[in-house]
Amino acid sequence: MPKRGSAALEGELLQGTLDLLVLKTLVLGPAHGHTIAHAIEHRSDEVLQVEYGSLYPALHRLEDRRWVASFWGTSENNRRARYYRLTPLGRRQVVQQEDRWDALVRAVNRIVKPATE
Amino acid sequence: MSWTRFFRRSRWDEERARELEAHLEIETDEYIARGVAPDEARWAAQRKLGNVLRIREEIYEMNTLAVVDTVWQDLRYGARLLRRNPAFTVVALLSLMLGIGANTAIFQLLDAVRLRSLPVKEPSQLVEVRLAGTQPRPGNVITRYAELTNPQWERLRADQRAFSSMLAWAPMRLNLASGGEIRYAQAIFVSGNFFEMLGVSAARGRLLATADDQRGCSSRAAVISHAFWQREYGGNPAIVGRPIRLENRAFDIVGVAPAGFYGVEVGRMFDVAVPICAAGALGGDSGVLDDNFIWWLSTMGRLRPGWSVERVTAHLQTISPTLFRETASQRLDPEQIEAYRKFRLEAVPRGGGFSSLRTRYEAPLWVLLGLSALVLLVACANLANLLLARADARAREMAVRLAIGASRGRIVRQLLSESLLLAAIGTLLGAILARVISASLISFLSTGRDPLSVPVALDWRVLGFTAATAVATTILFGLAPALRATSAPLESVMRTSSRGLTASRGRFGWQRALVVAQVALSLVMVLVALLFTLSLRNLTGVDTGFSFDNLVVTDIDFGGLAVPADRRLRLQRELLDGVRSIPGVTSAAQVSMVPFGGWSARDEVRLEGRPQHRLPASMNDVSARYFETMRTPLVAGRDFDDRDASGSPTVVIVNQTFARRYLGGTSAIGQRIQMRTGPQQWSTAEIVGLVNDTTYVDLREPFQPIVYRAAAQERDPGTDLRVVLRSGLSLAGVRSAVTKMAARHNPEITLSFRAFPTMVRETLLRDWLMATLSGFFGVLAILLASIGLYGVMAYTVARRRREIGIRLALGADRQSIVRMVMREAILLVAVGLGLGALLATIASRAAKAMLFGLAPGDPAALSLAIGVLALVGLVASYLPARRAGRLQPAQVLPEE
Repeated sequence: MPKRGSAALEGELLQGTLDLLVLKTLVLGPAHGHTIAHAIEHRSDEVLQVEYGSLYPALHRLEDRRWVASFWGTSENNRRARYYRLTPLGRRQVVQQEDRWDALVRAVNRIVKPATE
Repeated sequence: MSWTRFFRRSRWDEERARELEAHLEIETDEYIARGVAPDEARWAAQRKLGNVLRIREEIYEMNTLAVVDTVWQDLRYGARLLRRNPAFTVVALLSLMLGIGANTAIFQLLDAVRLRSLPVKEPSQLVEVRLAGTQPRPGNVITRYAELTNPQWERLRADQRAFSSMLAWAPMRLNLASGGEIRYAQAIFVSGNFFEMLGVSAARGRLLATADDQRGCSSRAAVISHAFWQREYGGNPAIVGRPIRLENRAFDIVGVAPAGFYGVEVGRMFDVAVPICAAGALGGDSGVLDDNFIWWLSTMGRLRPGWSVERVTAHLQTISPTLFRETASQRLDPEQIEAYRKFRLEAVPRGGGFSSLRTRYEAPLWVLLGLSALVLLVACANLANLLLARADARAREMAVRLAIGASRGRIVRQLLSESLLLAAIGTLLGAILARVISASLISFLSTGRDPLSVPVALDWRVLGFTAATAVATTILFGLAPALRATSAPLESVMRTSSRGLTASRGRFGWQRALVVAQVALSLVMVLVALLFTLSLRNLTGVDTGFSFDNLVVTDIDFGGLAVPADRRLRLQRELLDGVRSIPGVTSAAQVSMVPFGGWSARDEVRLEGRPQHRLPASMNDVSARYFETMRTPLVAGRDFDDRDASGSPTVVIVNQTFARRYLGGTSAIGQRIQMRTGPQQWSTAEIVGLVNDTTYVDLREPFQPIVYRAAAQERDPGTDLRVVLRSGLSLAGVRSAVTKMAARHNPEITLSFRAFPTMVRETLLRDWLMATLSGFFGVLAILLASIGLYGVMAYTVARRRREIGIRLALGADRQSIVRMVMREAILLVAVGLGLGALLATIASRAAKAMLFGLAPGDPAALSLAIGVLALVGLVASYLPARRAGRLQPAQVLPEE
C-alpha cells in the first residue's frame, strides 16, 4: 500500500471542489477529459490548474455514483475520445453541490474576513 | 463501490487505458498545433498527464474490495496446491464427502422425523389430547395412534373449551380391490373439519367439510392425495365426481389435496381420506362409532388465544371424570372399569405431527449421527496430520517469509484457504451424497405393507447444520497446522532446518496426539459396529421353535359375502381344505396370531380351583396340523383334530413355558384351565397337548406362556381366516393357486399374501440398519486411522533418515532399526487403544436399549475390537518400519 500521509485531508477538500467543477463544466454539454480540464483552466483565467492524475479518477468516481455517463465519440480533430455527459441525477447534484459550496465559502469567509463595524 | 464494478474491473481498466491513450493523442495534437516537434509533443503530453499506471491503479483500487481480492488470491493459490497433490486431494475430498454426506443425511432424517413442524397453518398452536400415562388401553387397539374411542372423542369435542377447533383422525389400510387379491390404499379417517383446521385448501374440487362427517355418512365423500391422484389416475383433470371403491363400498371423489400435504403423520403418506362416520360402515363391524371397547382415534386441537398447554391439561383434568364415567365399556371387568374411571386426559404440543417413526428411529438416528460425527472427526484428524506434515516441510519457507516481514495473520489466512477450499468442495459433494444416502435409507426402511415417505428437504436447519459442519471441519483440520506452521521460533527453524540429526519430539507432539485420538475414536466405532453386528447375529440366531423358510401366510376375507355367523366356521373349513388340496402344498393350517405378524392377543387365564391366581398368557387360535405346518414338535398329548368342534368339550394346547411356569413340573396333559369369555365369565378347558416353545411376536421377546385354542371351537367366528401354508411353490405360485381356488368359491373373496421370511426380516429392519451402517462407519474409521498411522510413521522415518543412516553405518543391525520404529508405533497404538477402550465402554452405553443378547461393554466384543485395531495398526506401521530397515547409509548420508 502506498503511503498517503497528511495529503489525505487536502485531497479530500480538493476532491469535492473538483467534482463540482467537473459537473458545472458538463452543464454546458458533453465533453471529454481533455476538454473538461481545458474548460476549467480557461474559465478560471488559468488560476485553476487541473491535475490529470486527479481528473480521471474523479470522472470515474462520478460515473460510479451515476452522476455522469460516458460514451465513446469523435473529438474536434477526429480522434476517438471518451465523452462524459450529465445524467438527470447529476443535474440535481449540481444544484446541491453549489449550495454546499456556497455554504462552505460563507463559512470560510466568516473566519477569513470577519465583518468589521 | 458496486459488486458489478468489482467483477468487471479488468474490463474497466482496459477502458481507462484506452481513454488515457486517447487523451495523450489529443494533447499531442495540441502541442503539435502549437508548433512543437512530434516526438517532443508526445513526451510533453505524457509529462503533463503524469504516471498513467498510477492513475489506472488508483481507479482500479476504487473498484476493489481489498479483502475479497486477497482471499481470491489465496483461494487460487490453494487450488494450485491441491492440483499439484492429486493423491492428497482425492483422499481428502473422499473422506470429507463421506463424512459430511453421512452426517447431513442422518441429520436430514432426524430433522424430518423429529425437528420439523407440520407443513400446515400455525403448527405451533396444535396440541394433542391424549390419555395420560402409559397404561394399556382396556379394549381393542386397532390403529397406530389409538388414544381414544369414538364415544370419548365425541364427548371431548362437545365439552372442551380450550380449542378454537378440534380434529380427530386415524390411519387405516383400506382395500381398493372388489375381489381377488387385496390392493391396499393408505387411508386416513378424519373428522369433517380436518382440512379446514389445518388450513389446507384443495388442488382440485373440494376437501371434506363438517357436513360430510355426520352419522349415516350420506355424502360418501372421499378426498385423495395429490400423489395418489398422479399415481392411480395419471393426474386426470376430470377426477372430481369419479367413484372409488374402498372395502367394497362406493365413495365419490370430491377433491384432491394439495401436493406435499401428507396429513398429520410424519413419515407416511395417505392415499385417500374419508370422514370418520364412514368407519361405521367400513370394516364390517358397524358398531365402531359407538363402541367403547375399540380404541382407534387420536385428536388435535388448535389453541384458543391465551391458552397454554398447561392450562389445557388443567381443563382436561376437570372434564375427565365425567367423560370416563360415561364411556366405560360394558365388556370390561369391574376392576377394569374401576381403573378406567380414574383415567385422565392430558395435552401435549403436537406441532411436529404424529410419528411412530419418531419413537422407533429417533434413538437409532441419534446414535448414527454420533457415529458419523466420529467418522468426520477421524477424517479431520487425518487431514490435519497430512497438512501438518506438509506445513513442516515448508517450515523454512514460512520462517523466511515471517522474517522478511509478512504478517502472521496473512500467512495463516493463506494456509487456511487451502483447507477452506477442501472443506467447501467436500461439503458440496457431501450435500449431494446426502440426498442419495437419505433416500436409500428411507427405501431400506420402507416395506410393501408399510410404505414410508419421509419428506427430506433442504431447510434452513439442514443447511445450517451442513454449513456449521463445514466450518467446524475446516477449523479442526486446517487451523492447527496453520498456527503451528507460523508459531515456531524463527531462529530455531532456520538453524535446525533439515540438517538436524534426530527429529525433535516437541515438533511431533501434535501429530502423535492426532494419531492417538484417531486410534481411540476408531476403537469406539469398531466396538459399536461389533456390538450391533453381534446383536443382529444373536437375533437371527434365535431359535424360533419353528422353521419358516417355505412358509407363506395368506389372509382370506369373505366379509363382502354376508355369510351368516352359523355358516362361517364351515366356509372357513372349506377354504382351508381348498388350500390344502392345492398341488405342491405340503400342509396348511388356520391361525389367528401368526408370529412376526405384528399383532398379539394377551389375556389372563386361571387354573381350575385357583380362581384368585391370574396367569398372563398369550392366546392363539389354530386349527389341526398347525404345529405340523410350522414344524413345531408336539412334546406330549395330541394335536387338535376333527373331534374338537363347536359342540364338543373345549380343549387347549399349551407350550412348555406355560407348563413350566404355571403347572410346576406336573404333567400338563389332562389339567384344566379357565379362559375369559366375557366380563366375569370364564369357560373351562382341558389341556390335551404340550408343544415346544415358539416365538410369539418377534425375536426380541423371550418365550411367552402360550395357550392355543382350537379354531374350530371359536364361539364368534369372523368373516376371514388366516392360513399358514408350507409348500414347494414360489410366493407367486401360491398367490395364483390360492386366488384361483378362492375365486371358485366366490370371486368377491379378497386375499393377501406374505412370505414368512420377509415378515421375519421386516421385524429386524432396525437391527439391519444399525449393523450395516455402524459396520460401514467402523470400516471407514479403521481405514482412515490406518492411513493416519501409516502417514505419521512414514513421515517419522523420512525425518530420521540421517539418524538411521548413521546408526546403520555405525553397525546397528537392520532388525533393531525395524524394532526401534515399531516400538514407537506400538506405543502410539497402545495409548490410543487404552484411551479408546475407556471411551468406548462409556460411549457404547448409548446403544444399550438397541442391543440384543449382549451388554454395551461386552468383553468379547471389546477384545475383538482391540485385536482388530492392534493388527491393523501393526500392519500400517510395519511398512514404514521395514523401509527404515532397508535404508542404505551410503545413499542417505551424502544427501546433505
